[in-house]
Amino acid sequence: MIPAQFDYHSPGSLEEALSLLEQLGDEAKILAGGHSLIPAMRFRLAMPENLVDINGLTDLDYIREADGWLAIGALTRESALEESQLVQDRYPLLADTAEVIADPLVRNLATVGGNLAHADPANDHPATMLAYGAEIAVQGPGGARTILIDEFFTGLFETSMAANEILTEIRIPEPGAGSGGAYLKVERKVGDYAISAAAVQLTMDGDTCTGIRIGLTNVSPSPIRATEAEKVLTGQVLNEELIEVAGQAASDQSDPSPDLRGSVEYKRDLTRVVTKRAIAKAVERAKGAAS
Amino acid sequence: MSKHTITLTVNGEEVSREVEARMLLVHFIREHLDLTGTHIGCDTTSCGACTVSMNGAAVKSCTVFAVQANGATLETIESVATNGDLHPLQEGFWEKHGLQCGYCTPGMIMSARHLLEKNNNPTEEEIRWGISGNLCRCTGYNKIVEAIQYAAEKLQQETAEEATQ
Repeated sequence: MIPAQFDYHSPGSLEEALSLLEQLGDEAKILAGGHSLIPAMRFRLAMPENLVDINGLTDLDYIREADGWLAIGALTRESALEESQLVQDRYPLLADTAEVIADPLVRNLATVGGNLAHADPANDHPATMLAYGAEIAVQGPGGARTILIDEFFTGLFETSMAANEILTEIRIPEPGAGSGGAYLKVERKVGDYAISAAAVQLTMDGDTCTGIRIGLTNVSPSPIRATEAEKVLTGQVLNEELIEVAGQAASDQSDPSPDLRGSVEYKRDLTRVVTKRAIAKAVERAKGAAS
Repeated sequence: MSKHTITLTVNGEEVSREVEARMLLVHFIREHLDLTGTHIGCDTTSCGACTVSMNGAAVKSCTVFAVQANGATLETIESVATNGDLHPLQEGFWEKHGLQCGYCTPGMIMSARHLLEKNNNPTEEEIRWGISGNLCRCTGYNKIVEAIQYAAEKLQQETAEEATQ
């Protein structure tokens, strides 16, 4: 399968990339890891007239903590997240996520920025970044701006970024005392999208949950938070019954489509289960970290 | 439609060719360079038969445009044996019957080589994880895992022997 014809551009700087986007308008797509875009182009689901390849912008490839944030450059490969000791030690939700994205070969090229900018509710980072309450830094012709993750996803494959803007950095708040997280994904096989998955980031004070955010993968037309489940748990002393109620609330809020991965009923029930289990694991980690 | 002249190092040799922007790296390797050891299995980024090493990382060459490999260092299955001597991985696949039809083997070996470069003493679970982007429809994977274990042991022995010399 051969993609349709296009013109290829390989800017050497962010400024050059932005000016290309400005000049080419809607006819251009950004090529980062390419592991969503190139398959779509081979099927001719996407036929952009121009590709702006940002792989040369190597200064967008970093993982570092600064000023209360974990900053991840948009061009950071998934494999770099997976191998980062910092991520493994301090960001268990992110570490869980990185190792279940697609397969190891794909992770060697696929980027964190691309996973988010593609805004596919089946992708794993959207739920995780919703759970973290991340911020997305973008650069446009008018300068830089920051978009809260809750305002980033506007629909299926749609974000609040303009066509002439480039996602440059993802910022995750540094974990406070008593915080923990987990990502739990059920997939038919390695490399497939989730049937359902839940991302949980929470803070515990003893047995009381003082704050929690939950993101869900592939059970809605655009990436969503399980806000009703969050409400069930916030400020409460957690126990098994309450976590069950939260799982059910996430299930009720999910809006999956039936496909070869399962029926609506099955996906809803699986959402209940993965949410419950991810909460339990996050609690365990939060308590482990606090002790 | 744009055409581009790309220059890259493939199996230690510099090559330069003009390619259409839309040409996939796997087609470039097979059709322009006649290196047909790299296979096309699924065309959907699923199977890993097209795995090559690009700048030291194992990647699916069906999901990279050739033009993106401009300036890159590429290694294909043809580079794995040296002077006709099988690499320990190739020897392992031979000794442990790690292949039946052989179609997935080049990709398996390129992925396994990347795995062993990062982790010279992987557990069985780590091996299975490392090749989880490569599909095999014949073996059921057990013999492939044994082949990679064989190679890991042999490579460790070689390293130990070099150290004592």
